[in-house]
Amino acid sequence: MAAKLAYIFFSMILVNNYVLVKFLGICPFLGVSKKLNSAFGMSCAVIFVMTLATAVTWPMQQLLNLFDIGYLQTIVFILIIAVLVQLVEVIMKKYMPPLHQALGVYLPLITTNCAVLGVTILNIDNGYTFVESIVCALGAGFGFMLAMVMFSGVRKRLEDAKPPKCFEGLPITLVSAAITSISFMGFGGIIENIFNIA
Amino acid sequence: MSAQQNKISVLTNGIIKENPVLRLVLGTCPTLAVTTAAFNGLGMGVAATFVLVCSNMVISALRKIIPDKVRLPAYITVIATFVTIVQMLVKAYAQDLYSALGVFLPLIVVNCIILGRAEMFASKNNVLDSALDGLGMGIGFTFTLLLMSAIREILGAGSLFGVTIIPESIDRISIMTTPPGGFLTFGVLMALVIFVETKLGQKKKRAIGCEGCPSAGVCQSKGECK
Repeated sequence: MAAKLAYIFFSMILVNNYVLVKFLGICPFLGVSKKLNSAFGMSCAVIFVMTLATAVTWPMQQLLNLFDIGYLQTIVFILIIAVLVQLVEVIMKKYMPPLHQALGVYLPLITTNCAVLGVTILNIDNGYTFVESIVCALGAGFGFMLAMVMFSGVRKRLEDAKPPKCFEGLPITLVSAAITSISFMGFGGIIENIFNIA
Repeated sequence: MSAQQNKISVLTNGIIKENPVLRLVLGTCPTLAVTTAAFNGLGMGVAATFVLVCSNMVISALRKIIPDKVRLPAYITVIATFVTIVQMLVKAYAQDLYSALGVFLPLIVVNCIILGRAEMFASKNNVLDSALDGLGMGIGFTFTLLLMSAIREILGAGSLFGVTIIPESIDRISIMTTPPGGFLTFGVLMALVIFVETKLGQKKKRAIGCEGCPSAGVCQSKGECK
């Protein structure tokens, strides 16, 4: 049990990294990764919302299945996430002002982040149990953070580089993302061997 | 006559002048993820176009009824409805495509192109214009996906739409069909577009975010995500 959870957690971070391997949440990855501080703040908010959203949508799916209306999944999940994010922001503002100051600006941006909706849907698709889903969401969030923080370092170097004129800006960022992504391909197979899961 | 020309310019706007992927930099996630084979790119493009046209029409028809404060949840609900319809249709009639697109089919809901067009165009224009705008943007999106996926499939698998076109004796660049290849193709393609733009003297400033970001309304376009 513990081995399976650890396997899910680490494979979400390294092998199935949401940003670099599964292409979920590319917009914030390219948009917010310029500064280390904002990259870190955004990732914290994503981890928080992902875990919370999974904790709410997983029981919700069981409820939908109970009434045999599983096809409403997409609508219900996106509305839950939208409401949840708003709710968290209001509560945070009232009771945890310092936390709100740190994460508040990133929260609205997360509502339409495909990584959050993606993790909730993939958890259901993979048939994970409740605990596995939570661990998977946490792993996905930390994977997002790893990619963001690493890439903000790469971008810092990019600022001093002088690419050809037409590559300046986004194109060179995308090309360096490709190289970062190649480095993550090296992790394939490692996790399975560590935890002895075929 | 001028009214007719206007309609045509609304339609063609999305194809080149405001190409959603290469010029507005919207909808990057599906662009990178599903373009491993030309068929998947085309399928994704058509599915998104359908949702885009339908949601644009409905949102435009309801634009005077939806209160400003709850417009985003209302838009999302409309879009999610059409995405569910597409999901069911694809699952029923194109099982292969359904498994190839995987989670990216329901994720059309959060595709910035669709919410962005609802916010920027459909909420301000009449039903016919919105439908044309949706169609134009959809064609622009489909065209870009098809281009990307054709490049990746030809280089990575030596085939196009599953038909082998490069002789077996030539080695494949298999990295093109893997995730890094997606980033690489997108980056080089965008550099190419910028190169042509500079030659034509109409360079467009690219920025991820506020221009099409549906959340821009929430953060008052202060660019807090930058």
